[in-house]
Amino acid sequence: MASTPENTTPAVPEQASPRAAVIGSNRIPFGKAGGAYRSASNLDMLTAALSGLVARFGLQDERLGDVSAGAVLKHSRDFNLTREAVLGSGLDPHTPAFDVQRACGTSVETVWAIANKITLGQISSGIAGGVDTTSDAPIVVSDRLRKTLLRLSRAKTIQQRLALLTALRPGDLAPVAPNVNEPRTGLSMGEHQAITTRHWGITREAQDEIALASHRNLAAAYDDGLFDDLITPYRGLLRDESLRADTTAEKLAKLTPVFGKQAPDASITAGNATPLSDGAATVLLGTDTWAEERGLPVLAHVVDAESAAVDFARGEEGLLMAGAYAVPRLLARQGLGLADFDFIEIHEAFASTVLTTMAAWADEEFMSSKVGLPALGEVDRSRLNVAGSSLAAGHPFAATGARIVGTLAALLHQKKLNDGAAPSTPVRGLISVCAAGGQAVAMILEA
Amino acid sequence: MSDTYLDLVNSGATKQVAKTLGLPRPARLRRTHADAVDQPLLPGPVLLLGAGAQADAAAEALLSWDLDVHRTLPQGQVGAIVLVLTELEHPEQMSDFALALGGALRSLAPSGRVVTISRPAEGAEPQVAAARHGVDGFLRSVAKELRAGGTGNGIVIHDGVAADSPGVTGALRFLLSARSAFVSGQFIHVTTPDGATPADWTRPLEGRVAVVTGAARGIGAAIAQVLSRDGAHVIGVDMPASGEQLAEVMNTVHGTALQLDITSEDAGQRILELARSRHGRLDAVVHNAGILRDKLLANMTPEKWDAVVAVNIAAQLRINEQLLAADDLGPEGLRLVSLASTSGIAGNRGQTNYGYTKAAVIGMTRSLAPRLAEQGGTANAVAPGFIETEMTAKIPPVPRQIARRANSLQQGGLPVDVAETIAFLLSPQAGGINGEVLRVCGQNLVGQ
Repeated sequence: MASTPENTTPAVPEQASPRAAVIGSNRIPFGKAGGAYRSASNLDMLTAALSGLVARFGLQDERLGDVSAGAVLKHSRDFNLTREAVLGSGLDPHTPAFDVQRACGTSVETVWAIANKITLGQISSGIAGGVDTTSDAPIVVSDRLRKTLLRLSRAKTIQQRLALLTALRPGDLAPVAPNVNEPRTGLSMGEHQAITTRHWGITREAQDEIALASHRNLAAAYDDGLFDDLITPYRGLLRDESLRADTTAEKLAKLTPVFGKQAPDASITAGNATPLSDGAATVLLGTDTWAEERGLPVLAHVVDAESAAVDFARGEEGLLMAGAYAVPRLLARQGLGLADFDFIEIHEAFASTVLTTMAAWADEEFMSSKVGLPALGEVDRSRLNVAGSSLAAGHPFAATGARIVGTLAALLHQKKLNDGAAPSTPVRGLISVCAAGGQAVAMILEA
Repeated sequence: MSDTYLDLVNSGATKQVAKTLGLPRPARLRRTHADAVDQPLLPGPVLLLGAGAQADAAAEALLSWDLDVHRTLPQGQVGAIVLVLTELEHPEQMSDFALALGGALRSLAPSGRVVTISRPAEGAEPQVAAARHGVDGFLRSVAKELRAGGTGNGIVIHDGVAADSPGVTGALRFLLSARSAFVSGQFIHVTTPDGATPADWTRPLEGRVAVVTGAARGIGAAIAQVLSRDGAHVIGVDMPASGEQLAEVMNTVHGTALQLDITSEDAGQRILELARSRHGRLDAVVHNAGILRDKLLANMTPEKWDAVVAVNIAAQLRINEQLLAADDLGPEGLRLVSLASTSGIAGNRGQTNYGYTKAAVIGMTRSLAPRLAEQGGTANAVAPGFIETEMTAKIPPVPRQIARRANSLQQGGLPVDVAETIAFLLSPQAGGINGEVLRVCGQNLVGQ
């Protein structure tokens, strides 16, 4: 089949290009580890999310400028994961694709990458996304077994092969359990966050309050039909498997802490930390013209983004605190304050990540000494994660950013329509997603 | 969903056994091949019986489709017999026509066609009305006599409709073709000269935008496929919970998926907005979504009654009102087809709620027809009989076998049979067919 004629290479822009438009999104409901998607691979889920997006926007056989996605826990066979998913998605097979990995920030990063290509006038349309499975995680074999297997493949005689095999010890055959512990500290993310939580004096009650709001807001958003246009069911799962619409403060208060347990005030529980999850999410981006030519909506535009990293390895900063740096820098560049945002999305890796990040933004001393910028003030809680976030939805690492961008764009569009505000009055949303390795990605969307 | 009995009596040793025992032998019906639509249109030449302007017009149409047309019975088998009865003025005149047809029936090829073309009895003098209405009982009896997948149907041409109107030639072509495989014992009334002959008979819906509700599976998915094959862009609507199957179907037919509960207040608006923004037009809506909540009336609960009414009729009424309020739809007016059911015509034990809503659909369709005609549109209903779907596969084996065999073709229809009929009613050539309830039931033994 020939390439789609409409999607020719865009002309070199005469002036700065308009900002990339978020046209829509699609994700599959997020599953719990070992749950509905236990036999689904990353490729299965990413293909499902892409196919749903193709069906929603009638993109069959459409050649897009580029597709970028990725996974955090990735099998080596999935080296070309996104391209493989594109080939199974119904898009024109001439659509190129590339993989990206920036831990939990992966799909904010892919949105950023695709948006930049659009803004530079290099492509006029693209899809960004991410996927992760903890149910179908790659199992690593011991280094001795791996090296022996590699040597075996090079061995030429039976004697050489036998010698290699007899050198193996039973212990070499034990698989190495997959984990996302920080290689430099050996600590899990939860243990790191327990340290940060204590440092900022975040209470158990405050964390449970965030968790409760996440479940309630997500359940309400489902009931309002917000996700009818954002989610396509998969393998019989209609809603996020972790969502507990009926949870209460009392139920959350009963859970025992799971991280930082050596301290008497340990406060991170299974209720206020994200569960291990499986899922995929995608976002359709393009120029306004590309969208208009196809009668597709423009929900919002990508304004700007910023990444940051902190030196957690030497203990100078909490592992998940980079959002406290990325967001102020981004706002300073754009000349915006927290009050300029109608919606604020802080990824709930842990309830306390949200709380420590907000505490840092409001802390004059921290902001001036560490970030070198004025404090941002308090976040209006009525604008925070209004349609729920990762605590309730779950957190398939690389899919979370695209989930947030997709949801936020829909919220911005809805508010713009409902407010009946003048077209020139922007409705803005802010995203902060922390990531392993002491990183974070922040982004501004505007409708 | 497979019909094992049909397979057995049509192949190998079991075919001989069935023949010897004189068991009913339902035939494999000739159906449209997706890659070779209407090729061939018929399994053999056409025998055209009758005279007059209508017979000449029919001959012209048949010849324009490259069919081999004979006015007397040729050697060998014929693919179809067209009996023109428009000049019939008195019952005594029927004898020649009836016996001529009778003499040719044994020459009819498997899945052959008998089509009568006649005039309506309403408003005619008594002997004329008698002669014309007699055709009704005659044709339905002929259809029951046919074997090997043959069907018999009629076209009734109303006053003011020219012999070569698009509706007449359109209906003739539909009834001759494999598209009407499971339609038998039915009359299609062409009431106005409206409509247009399509530029390409195999792609009559080219460039049109059609909405299909309940498109995720079964009959709805088949409708989406056939409409798309005929050239339409399909917007498939289904419950958000059926989104996965809906996306799959829409990606197959190059359509657009809209996850929407049709009982929501603004369902019509949402459909309109999507059609407007993506395509700038909306030409057709197929109200296919429907639910069953079977229960004897003596045991009926408010939940079961109300749910069936909400989905099967109330939602359609609300959506139609919202669509009719729009004045910027397609250039040719809106074409509606609603799914009725033989249960809504003949009734069915345990289906008072379903039967009520399906008969209500017929009432609504007849009321909408003149209203839509003002803007160039039409409203018709299609009433499927026993169709092999996931839903009917759940009927216990014995009642299922009985239901399957209780029609002239002695088998269940396929979703595609319903879809083909709907595609015809939405086509430009069917513009003169309005307010009709066309059954796709293999001439079910109950009801007309």
